[in-house]
Parts: sequence; structure tokens; C-alpha cells
Amino acid sequence: MKISINGKIKNFDTDILTFESLIKELNLAGKRFAIERNGEIIPKSCFADYQLSNGDKLEIIGAVGGG
Amino acid sequence: MGKNIYVPESIVIAGRTFQSRLLVGTGKYKDFEETKLAIDESGAQIVTVAIRRVNLGQDSSEPSLLDFLPPDQYTYLPNTAGCYTADDAIRTLRLARELLDGHNLVKLEVLGDPKTLYPNVIETIEAAKVLIKDGFDVMVYTSDDPIIAKQLEDIGCCAVMPLASLIGSGMGILNPWNLEIIIDTLSVPVIVDAGVGTASDASIAMELGCDGVLMNTAIATAKNPILMASAMRKSIEAGREAFLAGRMNKKLYAASPSSPTTGIIT
Repeated sequence: MKISINGKIKNFDTDILTFESLIKELNLAGKRFAIERNGEIIPKSCFADYQLSNGDKLEIIGAVGGG
Repeated sequence: MGKNIYVPESIVIAGRTFQSRLLVGTGKYKDFEETKLAIDESGAQIVTVAIRRVNLGQDSSEPSLLDFLPPDQYTYLPNTAGCYTADDAIRTLRLARELLDGHNLVKLEVLGDPKTLYPNVIETIEAAKVLIKDGFDVMVYTSDDPIIAKQLEDIGCCAVMPLASLIGSGMGILNPWNLEIIIDTLSVPVIVDAGVGTASDASIAMELGCDGVLMNTAIATAKNPILMASAMRKSIEAGREAFLAGRMNKKLYAASPSSPTTGIIT
């Protein structure tokens, strides 16, 4: 399954992958971030319920220093 | 302190009360440690942050800005720096709201040109309308055009933040007259955002009657950012007190010396 994350294509073995497992895979557990899938925000509370689909485009964002 | 001495009064933005009238950015510092020290020295309670893609593959134990500036101790003001369209700004702030657990106080800026970073006020107004309808409290960066500033207030922005001069330029207050018109015309807080270079610039802004000043580069790129943060805190307070005290009128000459004109030895 190919998924675009922050503009880069990544391959994942399984084709049943929830956002919860993706976050573990990406070492983001416990971090503060927000996810958008194909232009829609996925609420934190729904990470366990939402499944990824081949071709999904994800943006994962956080807060950084800025003015 | 004497009984008539000024007691710092608070500033209210969208129903939230703050003691400090200095708002600071968190960019351009050497490291997070310096960011934290400078911000604490500035006394600022509102800190702006940018929203960017997370760096995937980085060590998960690596600290983040939020570890140094815990969101329960500061009021975060996520910004839309780097956005050139209303759509990008709206998208960024919706993500920021999700990131910060529903926090809806935001800084909207839509830029018009990467060279000058001058705001695109048409896109800014479009974005502000959508965001306000969507429940955001919008503090808005804009030019020093008094008509646009008033329109931004009229559509419901909770604070209007005109530039003093271009972002990062350190050129100071270039058009005090426009700022005075904006301050005189608007009811919501007017916060000078961008262009302050040193402490006297911040004082001048406050002496004009601004409700606050937002800055980043002037502190972060000073040779000693922590000392400059301290200078800025004092200059904001000094400027505010001078504004409230009411300055003397300027005269070309007054022929009115401070010492008595009688009793002079002849």
C-alpha cells in the first residue's frame, strides 16, 4: 500500500492499517501533532477507527518556532 | 510606590485577560533553551508559533518547542506564516486547532509577496470571514491602511495588528500617523505587529496608544536576546505609562524654563 506522507511516498506491508498503528509505525506516539487525510482533518479521538487506503495523501503537522 | 503610581492594567482579547502587552514570536532563536529564557524575560504571555510538517524519522525522544513552552503556561497563538492564499491560511489554522485541542485564538496573516512579506489584505479579509464563521477568534496581521483595519474589525476580528514596517526589517515605526488613525478608529485592541527593531520603537508604538506590540526578530536576533527581551518588557511598560500619563505638548520654543525666573542673582 502506497501512502503519501508530507509529500513523500511510503510503502506499508499491510493493507489494513489504522491511523493508530500508523502513528506507532512513525514513532509519533505521545507526540503532539495533527493529521489531515486527502484534505480532511482526522480527529485525534478517531485514530483507532480510521483505516488508511492505498493512495491516501496525509499531512502530519506540528508547532514550530515562528513569529 | 506612591499611591498615585500606575498599576498595570490588563488587556482583554476575545474575552481572555492578559497582564503583559508584549506578544512574542518563537522563531529564529539559537535553540529552545534560549527561546524559553528570552520569552520568560520578556514577560510575554502570548507566544506565536508556526504550523509545519513534522520531521518524520527524527528521534522520538528529541525535544520539541512544546516541551520548553508548555501550552498550559503560555497562550499559544498559531500563525499562518508562509501562507499566500486565504485557502492555505484557513487550512493551516484548522489543523492548528486540532493540534492544540480546540484552542481557537489564532493569528491570521496572508502574505502577498515573498520578497517584502507585505500582507495581501484581500486574501486576509476573505480568510478572516471564513475563520470567524467557523468559530475562530482571529487576531489579524494587516497593513497600516485604516480603511482595511476598520473592515477587519467590522467583520469580527478580535484584534487588528497593523505593521510598523516590514516583517523582520527592524525599521521601526514608519507611519505613526496611520497607526494613530487606526487606534483612534477601532474599538478592538490594536497591536503593532512587525517592524520593531529596538526598545525605543516599542515605546513609541505604546505611546501612540497601541494596546500591545508583537515582535520576534528584534529579540531573537539581538546579540543578547535575553537582555533585549528584558529591554522590550520595560519599554512596553514605559510606553504604556507615558501614554496614560499624557505627554506635554511639543513647542518649537517655550521661553518657560523649569527653574524660577525670579530671584536670579544680578
